Amino acid sequence: MSTLTLASKRRRSALRTLAFMSPWLIGFAVFFAYPLISTVYFSFMHYDGFRPPTWSGTQNWTYVFEHYPFFWPALRNTLWLVVVMVSLRVVFGLGIGLLITKIKTGTGVFRTLFYLPYLAPPVAATMAFAFLLNPGTGPVNSILEKVGIPAPGWFNDPTWSKPALTLLALWGIGDLMVIFMAALLDVPQEQYEAAELDGASAWQRFRYVTLPNISPIVMFAVVTGVIQTMQYYTQPLIAGKVASGVIQGAGTQFEPGYPDKSTLTLPQLVYNLGFQRFDYGSACVVALVLFALSMAFTAFLMRRRGGLIQAGD
Amino acid sequence: MPKRARITAFALLSSVALLTSACTGQSSSGADDDASKETTINFWHAWSADSEVKAVKTLVAGFEKAHPNIHVNVVGNMTDDKINQALRAGGSKAPDVISSFTTNAVGKFCSSGALVDLNPFFEKAGIDPDKTFPAAMNEYTQFDGDRCSVPLLGDAYGLYYNKTAFEKAGISAPPKTWSEFESDAKKLTIPQGDGFKQLGFMPNYHGWETTTEHYLGQFSPTYFDKSGKSTIATDPAVADAFTVQKKLVDALGGYRKLETYRSKLGDEWGPKHPFHTGQVAMQLDGEWRLGMALEAKPGFEIGVAPLPVPDDQADQYGKGYITGTIAGIAATSKKQNAAWELVKYITTDTDAVVGFSNAIHNVPSTLAALKSPKLEYDPRFKTFLDIAANPDSTTAPSSVNGGVYLTTIQELGYAYESGKVTDLDKGLADAARQIDTDIAQAK
Repeated sequence: MSTLTLASKRRRSALRTLAFMSPWLIGFAVFFAYPLISTVYFSFMHYDGFRPPTWSGTQNWTYVFEHYPFFWPALRNTLWLVVVMVSLRVVFGLGIGLLITKIKTGTGVFRTLFYLPYLAPPVAATMAFAFLLNPGTGPVNSILEKVGIPAPGWFNDPTWSKPALTLLALWGIGDLMVIFMAALLDVPQEQYEAAELDGASAWQRFRYVTLPNISPIVMFAVVTGVIQTMQYYTQPLIAGKVASGVIQGAGTQFEPGYPDKSTLTLPQLVYNLGFQRFDYGSACVVALVLFALSMAFTAFLMRRRGGLIQAGD
Repeated sequence: MPKRARITAFALLSSVALLTSACTGQSSSGADDDASKETTINFWHAWSADSEVKAVKTLVAGFEKAHPNIHVNVVGNMTDDKINQALRAGGSKAPDVISSFTTNAVGKFCSSGALVDLNPFFEKAGIDPDKTFPAAMNEYTQFDGDRCSVPLLGDAYGLYYNKTAFEKAGISAPPKTWSEFESDAKKLTIPQGDGFKQLGFMPNYHGWETTTEHYLGQFSPTYFDKSGKSTIATDPAVADAFTVQKKLVDALGGYRKLETYRSKLGDEWGPKHPFHTGQVAMQLDGEWRLGMALEAKPGFEIGVAPLPVPDDQADQYGKGYITGTIAGIAATSKKQNAAWELVKYITTDTDAVVGFSNAIHNVPSTLAALKSPKLEYDPRFKTFLDIAANPDSTTAPSSVNGGVYLTTIQELGYAYESGKVTDLDKGLADAARQIDTDIAQAK
């Protein structure tokens, strides 16, 4: 009898736990598990959205990896942006955060000035940058030419288009700056005082006091930066369109990553395959590549984070 | 695997399969409705400008007057994405009739069954599409014998030229062949510093409407053979078009110099378009440019002519590239007979087509409307009416995967004009292989 009561209590307790967890479980199932399973399922199907899906085996995977001409350029561009743009954003965000926490007067003004660009809508900001960096009429190149520096083609030159996108990302650094400022202000002052008493230089104080204390925030910035960059769509698309002078709209061809595919990113391929070609199976393959890359980067960074803290200890 | 785990896995996979297959659209015949009874149908279109929306309302009002029992719920500014989703989902709020600017999607609409084949409707109404619509428009509204769409006004491409600049350069008439064109473009080009004071013509494929398909239209390529395989590597017309364009690029200053100059010019849809400002003396463009150019009040006289043809096709001068808007009936519609009455009226009733053309300044899409005395237009617009009616005018054929083959050709064009690809024959062979692979993937 007592055993039954115990079992019954355990069952009731488990049900109660499940009931409390149910909002999250339902959300997880509907918004994560089901789409993920569906994406895997459709990646093996021939499906155009109109006719019922039919099994196609690994055909979509073979097509994307071997025959789809935009996949490898888009993957290379996405990886370039992940490595260069994310790193520079973290370093720049941390640098600006450090600078503003150090200055004595006008902190509020500088904080506002650096944060404001982040609030600019991505489309408007990209169009403004395309105007500023226009190789023929933009003020940036006019100034560079006046001071005798060779003016790059920016969004009109495949070599300079990704650096130009990186500049745009650095301009909108406000989000990271605020996060880093909060983390920097949380570092215990006594640790700096102790380090100073021990004769630590400014670099040593940063390396052995600041960095270990803010390492979880650095990790957060890198991981979210990687995930955001994997989803990078609006800015490269708009920059390419404005620079090429071709507006993507009804009746126009897919214009892949002007100039010379250099602004093509993987999310643009998901749109092209899924909603322009109606090849949902191949679009799912690209989406899964993005998912796998995000997971791989995150797992790699989480492992490295252990090393970072250890080095600081 | 334990039994319980196997059952769970089976249940999970079954649920996923059921859920995903339940999402797919199913075509159903809805052509058994009575069009003489009181009914309301949904018409989705893509026009968004106030004047265009007003013109569509007037067009539909004319239909409702002629068919008082059929009421039309008009929904404007519908992008292709929204139309595609609605065609897939169906339901009472989904469109019965759609119109789209994307003629490239016709192959997909027909092969997937998203839009119904209108051949039986035409037969029943005693209308012969071959005798009703211009040849090129007739071609781009069907795929593999399935006529799932109808032309609803069209666009014709021609040559705009700066008459004042022509006079200054001593050119008495617009060029008729590409050789004459190259010679005139060079005469009209006035260098200035690293750029140009006036460029005869912007030949680069990013020069607004100077796309590969618009150039190719003047060379009458076949694109596909009877088995559906790409012919771009074997049809000399394609190589000729690429060669003519590349020669123009090189003759007018080279790709890099022209791209730099292009980046300084105004955009295609604004008043600072380089043809309006006199920075470019000749422009390949659609019929809509005339109204836009006149509105910009340029300081020169605008001339309009057909685009040049290859030297060995001089007898076909007057042809041009044709595209346009299409209309069709959703396969999910339960009121297809009533929907057909609307489609028939807006696309084949001469007065309706003429009225709509007068309102939005597109080319009429029936042979009768092209000759109608009720058409109102600037005398120069006649050039586009003639291009549309010309039996030698061309279009890009429908394909099962829409305009993917045109993107592949366009990509080769970018690589060839910039010098990234130098072996044109190999480039065309690679592109043809890519086109065939893409089509196989879509089937």
